[in-house]
Amino acid sequence: MTWAGSIFDTAGPPAERIARLAWFLIIVSAVTYLLVLVATGMAMRRARARRARGELADARPETGKRLTRNVAIAAIATTLLLLVFVTATALTNKAIAWPLNAQQPLTIEVTGNQWWWQFRYRDSVPSNWLTTSNELHIPVGRPVRVILLSNDVIHSFWIPELHGKQDVIPGHRNTTWIQADRPGAWKARCAEFCGLQHAKMAFDVVAESPAQFDRWYESQLASAQPPTDSSAKHGHDVFMQRTCIMCHAISGTEAGSSVGPELTHIASRPSIAAGTLPNTRENLGRWILNPQLIKPGVRMPPNALPPAEMNALLDYLETLK
Amino acid sequence: MSVVSVTRLWGRAAAVAALTLGLACKREERRFNASYPSPPAYAAVTLDTLQPGVPSPEITVNSPSEGNAYDIAQGKQLFAQWNCSGCHSHGGGGMGPPLMDNEWIYGSSPENIVATIVEGRPNGMPSFRNRIANNQLWQLAAYVRSMSGLQAKAPSPGRNDEMQYKVDEQRTPIRTPRASSSRNVPAKSERP
Repeated sequence: MTWAGSIFDTAGPPAERIARLAWFLIIVSAVTYLLVLVATGMAMRRARARRARGELADARPETGKRLTRNVAIAAIATTLLLLVFVTATALTNKAIAWPLNAQQPLTIEVTGNQWWWQFRYRDSVPSNWLTTSNELHIPVGRPVRVILLSNDVIHSFWIPELHGKQDVIPGHRNTTWIQADRPGAWKARCAEFCGLQHAKMAFDVVAESPAQFDRWYESQLASAQPPTDSSAKHGHDVFMQRTCIMCHAISGTEAGSSVGPELTHIASRPSIAAGTLPNTRENLGRWILNPQLIKPGVRMPPNALPPAEMNALLDYLETLK
Repeated sequence: MSVVSVTRLWGRAAAVAALTLGLACKREERRFNASYPSPPAYAAVTLDTLQPGVPSPEITVNSPSEGNAYDIAQGKQLFAQWNCSGCHSHGGGGMGPPLMDNEWIYGSSPENIVATIVEGRPNGMPSFRNRIANNQLWQLAAYVRSMSGLQAKAPSPGRNDEMQYKVDEQRTPIRTPRASSSRNVPAKSERP
């Protein structure tokens, strides 16, 4: 039973426990449902046979004592069944709330925004702190402590293959733990309605070997290289002198705003606009020209740049690997 | 009830409904892909009505953001995120002039405020020419006007954590309703 975003396609310990609980609930509920169907069928057959014998259906009404006994049995059975479910859920909740065996956890601060995600990797050395947007990389086999913050409204952080949902609440720090046991690439989505573009608030999750993760981390930590060819240089000036600079940051340049997603390594990301479009030159151009056509209500304004400036800007953005 | 009066009643109800809907829709309308006017040219905006000779006709730009709750709310977010408070301090004024009083050095109309943002002003106000999109300029201007009560009450932000020119909605003292006539006054024994 696997499909994209399936909770049964587990890749980490908490997700496994949740999947186990889900199977348990499904099987017990299915058996109970079948038993109820069988009992109903038997009662119907008995009533039909009685009618065939010429007896009225209510010829032998249940007497007071028998009725009481049957109702009591049904009530006790239902209560016991619910008790089993409540206990199983409580045990699972306890197991997944408990921090994983965390000797050297990686701490990532996740900030939900309308409608994109910011990830800040915390390190014991402050100069190694890393900020990325809409793309989460984690090393396989290492527990990750996820701290959830919100800049505006309530969002919900959900990577179905790794863990259950955890709400992202403004003015409150929520914590959850994830761990990937195998490499993989998944799509995660906001799981709490957060406004017009809630459906287009996704991010890419990549679980990779520690060596690959370290290589990625090093490359993301580097500042943007100054452009060399003349078109990209022009594009750099367009970025710094137009609306871009008010909201976006590119490390190593004057652009340092944190209103919108950080763009230092935008060219290395698989998608743009919080998992909305594949990261191609054409899509990027369309997006910059008028984001409102693609994601109505998004906070990025239309930017009617003349074609020469737009081309130069795209040339520059493509150098930000 | 005669036929005429019933028709009149329905007509009035329809008029009230249309008026309510019309006003409400404008207040809450969210225009994502509308084109907003470009910032007025430097020469077009006047700061003073005093002119020699026959006054020339006033050129005004109709701000689409005036009276629009969504635009004012967006302006409020931008005001915070772009650190306008760094100098204007939530409208109370610090390094920059206060924005919640009724004193306007460079004019209080939306086009005056947009011109101030675009062109910058001496002694500290930076010029944001080409840096802020048209819709955001008008949204900011609409919010700045709401800070001193120049917007209607309905679309203006009702709740603020920071200082305001009026008492905050959630901080108004609780008023106990008073009985309108002696009939409703509880007996002395029932009073606390």
